[in-house]
Amino acid sequence: MSRHAITVTVNGQPQTREVDSRLLLVHFLREELELTGTHIGCDTTSCGACTVLLDGRAVKSCTVFAVQADGAAVETIEALAADGKLHPLQEGFWEKHGLQCGYCTPGMIMSAKHLLEKHPDPTEEEIRWGISGNLCRCTGYNKIVEAIRYAAEKLAEAPAEAAAEEVSA
Amino acid sequence: MIPGSFDYHAPATLEEAIELLARHGDEAKLLAGGQSLIPAMRFRLAVPGVLIDLNRVSGLSYLHETLDDGDANGGGHLAIGALTRESELEASGLVGGRYPLLADAARVIADPLVRNLATVGGNLAHADPANDHPAAMLAYDAEIDARGAGGVRTIPIDQFFTGLFESALQPGEVLTEIRVPVPGPGSGGAYLKLERKVGDYAVAAVAVQLVAAGERIESIRIGLTNVNPVPMRATDAEAALTGEAPTDETLEAAGRAAAAQCDPAADLRGPVEYKRDLVRVLTKRAVRRAFERARQGLPEGGAQ
Repeated sequence: MSRHAITVTVNGQPQTREVDSRLLLVHFLREELELTGTHIGCDTTSCGACTVLLDGRAVKSCTVFAVQADGAAVETIEALAADGKLHPLQEGFWEKHGLQCGYCTPGMIMSAKHLLEKHPDPTEEEIRWGISGNLCRCTGYNKIVEAIRYAAEKLAEAPAEAAAEEVSA
Repeated sequence: MIPGSFDYHAPATLEEAIELLARHGDEAKLLAGGQSLIPAMRFRLAVPGVLIDLNRVSGLSYLHETLDDGDANGGGHLAIGALTRESELEASGLVGGRYPLLADAARVIADPLVRNLATVGGNLAHADPANDHPAAMLAYDAEIDARGAGGVRTIPIDQFFTGLFESALQPGEVLTEIRVPVPGPGSGGAYLKLERKVGDYAVAAVAVQLVAAGERIESIRIGLTNVNPVPMRATDAEAALTGEAPTDETLEAAGRAAAAQCDPAADLRGPVEYKRDLVRVLTKRAVRRAFERARQGLPEGGAQ
């Protein structure tokens, strides 16, 4: 088995580690960096609980090797709240009761973040489409859709503020 | 679940990748999007000793349309780089405009997260009859470029799928490009898939690409997903529709022909009888949709 020195910029911080080739990105985040906000759900590329942004794209971090992320930027749920203030998506999930057990929530929010970057003013259908790779067994999704819609409106109200948060994230 | 151990290589050029493939032989697997291979490795269904990651090879991700006479009437092709992500097909205005069958298929492959990494080349090279691109590319009459130490060769799609998870790719070859003929005037296509939930493989799916001439179907190709050990064309259904108008009778005959020609396996998605009947119904609907699209694309007053 080969070992590799990799540097991954995680939530804005370059992180250098030596890893086994077979280490999955989700294990790198959770075990090497102790960023346990990214959850492992199904372990079979089905549920989306482990979703992170890899160079800006929402991907299942259980289906990427850490060594593949060498040189890339990874964003996890831990990057969202800044200075004690919730990100509009987190606020939306709070205000609209977008979670019950909360297990799917970090992945759901990271998928939603990518969706809102592509479609800042999504229709209900686009939201449902955008989160169709993320499973939730509690909510029935309606409240999640409302939470993402809330965030879209909030971000549209304060685009300059949101842009500033992006830069600092 | 942790994959078995392996040596990892990330070549920067195709030449280097081909050299690594030659050096490691059967022990090596190519890693593209990884969305089928990595799950298979975690289940230990695949235990490659060497992974050759193509993601750092530049120049393998693109969508280029080349028109022979400068317009879409004179032929040409859409060249798809093997490492093009499914999400790029989905977002492409070119694909959405002129390649509705491909656009339909791209939207229903796995789920949006998987599509952000999964590649068109990987979907085909894996030669899984449950994958969606094989049927779509069979319907398009696409061709595939494979590059090895001896250079590039082109494989017509009808000769590409040779068995369950087996393709005409030879050891040491890398699938580099897929070329889809530019649909001419009067062309229409559609992909219809029934899946139990987003992200699951098709219970069955049907890909249709046709050319309409007035009220008739001038030519048609039909590909079927996940109802045969090898990705297949429904040639009997194609014959039943060629030169015919898509009436209730001809469509029913074509649907029955497709249902009879395929060879589905009973599994957790349903028994054989159900899958055959689904092929019958989806074939009719997909042909009808492709024909409607072909008619919409024709100039006022219909075809010549």
